[in-house]
Amino acid sequence: MIWVDTVLQGVLLGGLYALFALGLSLVFGIMRLVNLAHGDLIVLAAYLILMLVTLLGLGPFVAALIALPVMFAVGWVLQRLVLNRVLGPDILPPLLVTFGLSVVLQNALQEGFSADSRRIPAGWLETASVPVGPISLGVMPLLTFGSAILVTLALQFVFYRTALGRAFRATSDDPVTASLMGVKPASVFAMATGIAMVVVTIAALYLGTRANFDPTTGPARLIYAFEAVIIGGLGSLWGTLAGGIIIGVAQTVGAKINPEWQILAGHVAFLVVLLVRPRGLFPRAFD
Amino acid sequence: MAGYTVTTRTRASQIAAAFALVLLIVAILLPAFASRSLIQDLFFILTMLTLAQYWNLLAGYGGLVSVGQQAFVGFGAYSLFGGAILWGLNPIAGLLLAGVAALIIAVPTAFFAFRLQGAYFAIGTWVVAEVVRLSVAQWKAVGGGTGTSLPRDARDAMWGAEWIEIAFDTRSSAARDILAYWLALLLAVATIGGIYWFLRTKRGLALAALRDNVEAARSVGVDSERMKWVVFLVAAFGTGIAGGLIFLQNGRISPDSAFSVIDWTAFVIFIVVIGGIGTIEGPILGVLIFFGLQTLLADFGSWYLMVLGGLGIVVMLFAPGGLWGLLSDRTGLRLFPIQRRLERRATIEENSDG
Repeated sequence: MIWVDTVLQGVLLGGLYALFALGLSLVFGIMRLVNLAHGDLIVLAAYLILMLVTLLGLGPFVAALIALPVMFAVGWVLQRLVLNRVLGPDILPPLLVTFGLSVVLQNALQEGFSADSRRIPAGWLETASVPVGPISLGVMPLLTFGSAILVTLALQFVFYRTALGRAFRATSDDPVTASLMGVKPASVFAMATGIAMVVVTIAALYLGTRANFDPTTGPARLIYAFEAVIIGGLGSLWGTLAGGIIIGVAQTVGAKINPEWQILAGHVAFLVVLLVRPRGLFPRAFD
Repeated sequence: MAGYTVTTRTRASQIAAAFALVLLIVAILLPAFASRSLIQDLFFILTMLTLAQYWNLLAGYGGLVSVGQQAFVGFGAYSLFGGAILWGLNPIAGLLLAGVAALIIAVPTAFFAFRLQGAYFAIGTWVVAEVVRLSVAQWKAVGGGTGTSLPRDARDAMWGAEWIEIAFDTRSSAARDILAYWLALLLAVATIGGIYWFLRTKRGLALAALRDNVEAARSVGVDSERMKWVVFLVAAFGTGIAGGLIFLQNGRISPDSAFSVIDWTAFVIFIVVIGGIGTIEGPILGVLIFFGLQTLLADFGSWYLMVLGGLGIVVMLFAPGGLWGLLSDRTGLRLFPIQRRLERRATIEENSDG
């Protein structure tokens, strides 16, 4: 029974990792861009929510709602002013620019908020739980997992059922032909990064309310997100969710065996998948 | 017909070579009259330069953008400490062990990371570095998560330190700094010389061809997969030795310092990018700018890293060839030329075989 509990907690933790990963998966799927500052942008959003909560006395969910359009704008501007300039066949410029951005963000946050670890207060929700048979599940983890499923559904809908999604897929397949049809790749990319930052904000809400974070928390989140994307298979949103769950379960099971092995177990699970299925479990794109 | 010859030498490169030789002699003799803090600063510059040259070989020539070089710095350094603590290995011999140990973990690292295409390779190497860090933190003999110091008798046994102590009439700690400085100088010169030599060979030409155009290089028979392996393993070996040397001089090691992505990868990347990626001169210029900025902004804490990161972004956006690229494009200056040029030979043998 204790193992069922461990695995269930891992599945719910996987929801959080999937939220970290979905934005990364979306951006990579559309423009083949790996944003090394992704984790730091999650932490930036968490500080934004924290600021709204502490300065305006808002609840965390209302604060996140206000942060959503702000982060969308951050993503849009970042893509238009910086990242669009470095996209191209050479992978080096976008990697190095986003790596530079990661270091700048971490240190700007350190300068602004000090290196102390913080947490977004969520009141009674922090400790609330619901009993499911003999196991009790936290309300926050359940909300996180529910949000991960909703975000996956929403992205899936945007991607395959809307005009914007058509533009996304067309630009992803062939930007030159897409632009002949009146689609502007530069604006499409800006929209995509904006939407990715909306997902990042939702991830930040749960990151900040469930655990402590500090300005250096970002890179580890980037790594979990990346592992989830690769395990799931590039370009597959449901695969990314599954990848997040695999990392989450591996971590809780590892931690159960030896508390020091939590993070290591997640990485090992990733390496095993990479060994057995180099293209991930549910690959969509061939690249 | 044989009136042409292929050459890489230029007038500037001959002057640079002569100048470099003078500089090297000065650098060797420097400990006789320089202060201890200058020697320590130069040690730092030389080791960072070495790391930067290897990263440049990987990313600038091999197209392998690794964000996981700290795996080799850290594992190399830990092997040196492990060798000294467990087997009483002399730390100077331990440097070779550091290189070999880094080479050994580079094989599985490459095996995993090469499965990831392009940009994902970068984070793949980072994951492997994290796995190595977390595993080493479980190794209780070298202090686990908190780290350990180099044992006193291992420190005192360092080959050559005693001779320096007598010859320069200094305390033993200063003598060890001088020894570490000489080793760093040797490593940096061997690295630059080795990479320069390699790039001028047939294989080096193949590597430069791959850098410029993978498809075109493959079409004339360059084995890109094999070149990737060669470059990755060579870089790991050199990075491991540099890591061992850095922590030998430091005297203390911990998983967080030895596997720091900021110290051993971020700084190195900025040095190469700001100086000029894909050239040997770039990292040399870059490390000087890096050290200058660090000295200038030492009192401003995290502002220093912000400036460095910002500068890296600006350079990548507006001058992807780095500062050396700007300079050499304007002036045509090349201190380590590897371009092969056809030159008309000045002899009058044209009629004899024509």
